[in-house]
Amino acid sequence: MITLNHYLIVSGLLFSLGLAGVVARRNILIIYMCLEMMLSAANLTLVAFTRFHVTDGLPDFTAQSLVFFTITVAAAEVAVGLAIIVALYRTKRSVETESVTQLQG
Amino acid sequence: MPSLLFYLFALITLGFGLMVVLARNPVTSALSLAMSFVGLAALFLSLDAYFIGIIQILVYAGAVMVLFLFIIMLLDIKSEEGKSFNLKAIVGGVVLAAVLAVQIAAVASSYGPGRTNLAEARLDLPAAAEYTKLPTIANDLRAGTLPDAKLVGQSLFQRYGFHLQVIGLLLLVGTVGVVVLSKREKEVN
Repeated sequence: MITLNHYLIVSGLLFSLGLAGVVARRNILIIYMCLEMMLSAANLTLVAFTRFHVTDGLPDFTAQSLVFFTITVAAAEVAVGLAIIVALYRTKRSVETESVTQLQG
Repeated sequence: MPSLLFYLFALITLGFGLMVVLARNPVTSALSLAMSFVGLAALFLSLDAYFIGIIQILVYAGAVMVLFLFIIMLLDIKSEEGKSFNLKAIVGGVVLAAVLAVQIAAVASSYGPGRTNLAEARLDLPAAAEYTKLPTIANDLRAGTLPDAKLVGQSLFQRYGFHLQVIGLLLLVGTVGVVVLSKREKEVN
């Protein structure tokens, strides 16, 4: 049978994949996609805990409203982030992290 | 059978997640991410979170991924073929992620309450109908369906009404910010 731990481990692995992508990749767009993956992994944890915390015969829906907020914030973050990437591309003609070194000491 | 579906969708989610990190072409990454989100939405459905699952597909696999693909094609980004690897970053990323994954797996597998399975955490809809005050939710529960969109809505509007308005303001600020950011600056002579 599938236990809560199964969901937690899948969520942890998805989060780790996202972290590996953020650290290892150089394309800012792919770093952004990996950030989205990490946010979704956190959502999976919240929903799993929701389902396994049964109160009065129902799942605890408080965490699902938190997931709703997370998804909204992620959507807003993607819109602003992609606008920043487009502005960056206009000045640097590149979306690689190596091209953004102006603040490097 | 449900456990087989869990492994199938966990494999889809993690496999396409790996493709996002490994693919050299950004379009491949974006489409793999969409598939990964579809697998994740199926996992949400297996947890009886139908509303969140549908939202996941509509917002992530729909809106966000279209935005990503649109930007990739607008900027005309070439794939990274022929470029040298940044060995330090790759080794660092893999080691960091492996350490985190092992840590999470160790903590989760020694977490006692996490051993309850879905059959033990059974939903009792007729009993829940006795506790709810709203007649529309109670009727759905008595009919044997889980009205989770209504229940999430009840939680959002009764307990988190103020937070919902703050989120609305955040979306407004985000929209204004995107318009300001994408406006071309006038040439300064």
